Amino acid sequence: MEQRSLLQRLHIDLPLLIGLLVLCGIGTVILYSAGGHDISVIYSQIIRLCMAFLMMLLIAQLPPAQLERWSLSIYLIGILLLLLVLFAGTIGKGAQRWLEIGGFSFQPSEIMKLAVPMVIAWYFSERPLPPSIVRIIIACFLITLPVLLIRQQPDLGTAFLVAVAGFSVLFIAGIRWRLIGGIVSFAALSTPVIWYFMHDYQKRRILTFLNPEQDPLGSGYHIIQSKIAIGSGGIYGKGWLNGTQSRLDFLPERSTDFIFSVFSEEFGFMGFLLLICVYLFIIARCLYIALHAQHTYGRLLGSGLALTFFVYIFVNVGMVTGQLPVVGVPLPLVSRGGTSMVTLMIGFGILMAIHTHRRLLSG
Amino acid sequence: MGRPHSVKDQKYESRLIGNRIFIAGVCILLLTVMLIGRMFYLQIIQHDHFTTLSRDNQVQIRPLPPIRGLIFSSDNVLLADNRPSFSLEIIPENISGDVEQVITRLQEFIRIDEQDIRRYKELAKKKRRFERTPIRLNLTDEEVATFSVNRHLFNGVDVVAGLSRYYPIGPNLAHVVGYVGRIDKDELANLDPSEYSGTTYIGKIGAEKAYEEVLHGKVGYEQVEVNSQGRVIRQLDTTPPESGKNVYLTLNVSLQNLAAVDLSGKRGAIVAVDPRNGSVLAMVSSPGYDPNIFVNGIDPAAYKKLMTSNDRPLLNRALQGTYPPGSTIKPFMGFAALNYNVRQLQDDTWCPGWFRIAGSKRPYRDWKKGGHGHINLTGAIANSCDVYFYSLALDMGINRLYTAMQEFGFGRITGIDINGEASGLLPSPEWKKRTRNQPWYTGETVNVGIGQGYLLVTPMQLAAATAALANRGVRVKPHLLAEVRDPVTAESTQFPAALNQSSITARDPAYWDVIINAMVEVVHGAHGTARSSGNGAKYRFGGKTGTAQVISLPQDMSVKKDIPEELRDHALFIAFAPADTPTIAVSVIVENGEHGNTTAAPIARHLFDHWLNVSE
Repeated sequence: MEQRSLLQRLHIDLPLLIGLLVLCGIGTVILYSAGGHDISVIYSQIIRLCMAFLMMLLIAQLPPAQLERWSLSIYLIGILLLLLVLFAGTIGKGAQRWLEIGGFSFQPSEIMKLAVPMVIAWYFSERPLPPSIVRIIIACFLITLPVLLIRQQPDLGTAFLVAVAGFSVLFIAGIRWRLIGGIVSFAALSTPVIWYFMHDYQKRRILTFLNPEQDPLGSGYHIIQSKIAIGSGGIYGKGWLNGTQSRLDFLPERSTDFIFSVFSEEFGFMGFLLLICVYLFIIARCLYIALHAQHTYGRLLGSGLALTFFVYIFVNVGMVTGQLPVVGVPLPLVSRGGTSMVTLMIGFGILMAIHTHRRLLSG
Repeated sequence: MGRPHSVKDQKYESRLIGNRIFIAGVCILLLTVMLIGRMFYLQIIQHDHFTTLSRDNQVQIRPLPPIRGLIFSSDNVLLADNRPSFSLEIIPENISGDVEQVITRLQEFIRIDEQDIRRYKELAKKKRRFERTPIRLNLTDEEVATFSVNRHLFNGVDVVAGLSRYYPIGPNLAHVVGYVGRIDKDELANLDPSEYSGTTYIGKIGAEKAYEEVLHGKVGYEQVEVNSQGRVIRQLDTTPPESGKNVYLTLNVSLQNLAAVDLSGKRGAIVAVDPRNGSVLAMVSSPGYDPNIFVNGIDPAAYKKLMTSNDRPLLNRALQGTYPPGSTIKPFMGFAALNYNVRQLQDDTWCPGWFRIAGSKRPYRDWKKGGHGHINLTGAIANSCDVYFYSLALDMGINRLYTAMQEFGFGRITGIDINGEASGLLPSPEWKKRTRNQPWYTGETVNVGIGQGYLLVTPMQLAAATAALANRGVRVKPHLLAEVRDPVTAESTQFPAALNQSSITARDPAYWDVIINAMVEVVHGAHGTARSSGNGAKYRFGGKTGTAQVISLPQDMSVKKDIPEELRDHALFIAFAPADTPTIAVSVIVENGEHGNTTAAPIARHLFDHWLNVSE
């Protein structure tokens, strides 16, 4: 038996840990600026980070096989909780998202961000790949059910990310290109035709369905201010704590959804390149782990989580740069906020588990 | 049941998944390049554009209104002041509870009426929640004290000090100094909006309007950093405003007040000018009004009262009132008679008490029933003989009469430096043809000869013409501005006499002496019509009485009792003093005052006594 290092015994993947620490460091620095130079915001963020890292560490101890066995149960519990939210949830910010249990409030929709890829990975890994049409249809149902429940709250951003997580696994599982191409081209072709035959009030309804939380005038203003913040940052930015758009309240939601605008205003294009490099490094490491996983379940789940992580970034940046509609998607591990951060870190815990337990087995 | 696990082809599956992960990686890279491209476009290509927008967001330029210049009289009395005024202002953001409730509670301490509340609501609509909006203007000292004691009960309500225009002399000077008021829409359209961007008030009439540009000053600016709600975060740069310049008027307040007192309770006007340079020493229109009520928006009821009053206090009679000059026209006619060679000094006219145009039956009566007998020019002026001037006007003809009177400035505005002057009316056949499409009748010339008929003059014209007589033909343009002085540097610009008007040339300068002597006879002669006003004067002065008919009574009806007050004759008097070196020329008009010698002349004497005493 070779001597196992402390990191191995703790089931920690060092490159991933370093990447995450760097990212959270950057996040904390910019949060100080975005949060109105309020040190208490930083303290609470650091406490949340510690809790999130602790959760990651705990999850990393579980062997992937264990997770695989629990996948369906977690998924079903998640569905149950979502139904509970709809009937007994706490209403906050005009949406019903929270469940109060013993003084703690949490969002069951967050569970689904992990439960959906887990259940799809579990469902596909027990049969040979690529999956049959019937299994794909069943998988689609497994994805769509929680997505619709979350949409109902309404929480379009989370619903979208849950769908992305599920379909990422579906894509990695190797559904045929013909099928992908067929679905995409059918959707692309039919959309304008359907749109053309709709009444104005129906079009408006569709638009509000797609974007229920923001009124067009309001979000339009936010996007304009966000673009001004980013554009005025230039190559090197206005400097830390010197972003006028954020300091003078022109940016909305600047410590959550629009924190990227604050970052780009203060650190400029160079800062952006650095940030994107850190993100790419983390994603690359995740894909590497997925590629080298020992079981199909680990490969599917690991790469699904990595893809979802990227979609987070892409949608958030696309949104604040005015290329995608405003949906409430935070910038992962940089935006302030507890629940989504814990979910993400559990995801990275799973990835570490996939990687470190594999070594144990092979060793 | 599907196929058992053992059938799974592990190698095929791992290759399939590996392929997909590779494809996913490529997709991620492509999408990342897209993001980088987008960021490059925003941060590098569009950088300048967004920098401008960001600065526009962040920096606001706010006007700093200048302090309005003060207005003084030539005897250094403050006529228009900027007084600290206290207003009660509310910051809606800072009050606890409902605005309505706060106002109701405030009413326990301070008078706030419906109008105040209405104005507050209108102003508050246009402002942000953290901006001050006045609920009451012009608090009294007592109200300020009462509120200060109870201030702790009212969060977000404050007494704010500002400057408000105040006219210490009030009604006596209202027509000359005028007043400022809030800028209205029409004025806004004609203003330089940047110069007035922080200014609330603008001169509405009188000197306040005429010298608006000088008084207003130059607006300053401050650059401030604001947040998205427009709240000022800090000041970046300031260009201080330049205060308006102080304006000194030619008016003498002691003379003005005296004139106002003499006219108090009457309707009428007094104009006094210095014949040497045209300085307006006094200009009173009675009744006056309090200009202070206009400054912060006059109450509609008060305004209606002023507008509908039979005394018409808003009318500036000195400039806008037009009256038949009556007999005060006679000295000017007399000069024309000599200068146009229509009469010689020694020419006698037989006055039987009436006059008749050859071939007409209609008699023109003299004011003296029995007539003046044989009378020459001096006598005709001193005794105000009507027949002499009926006959003179007839011989002179309307065209020469018109030209002669025009030389004295009748029928045209004097060009005084405040707005709204009326031109009066100097009739001519051409004018009658044009406006009424009627021929001129000889009888009308006869009437104009004694200052009746169509002839209308303003008190200002009459005073200016009197000054020209006193000056022996040298005409001066009446003006109010004496000096403009910078309040900071004390740099001063004096405005000298405006002698730019054409002077009247006499064929023989002695003609002036004839007229001036005749006018001295009016007040100092044994039979002069105003001899009672000349009694006991330590100086000699010249004058001429006048009585102007308001309604035309039948020529044979001489009993004028029982006529309603407002239909009685206007009393007029023109005069200058001292007779040989005149320093003051006045015109006095008392509406419905009946007789120039008893009502108007004593006022002139009173003013002269004061003025000549003062200037010694």
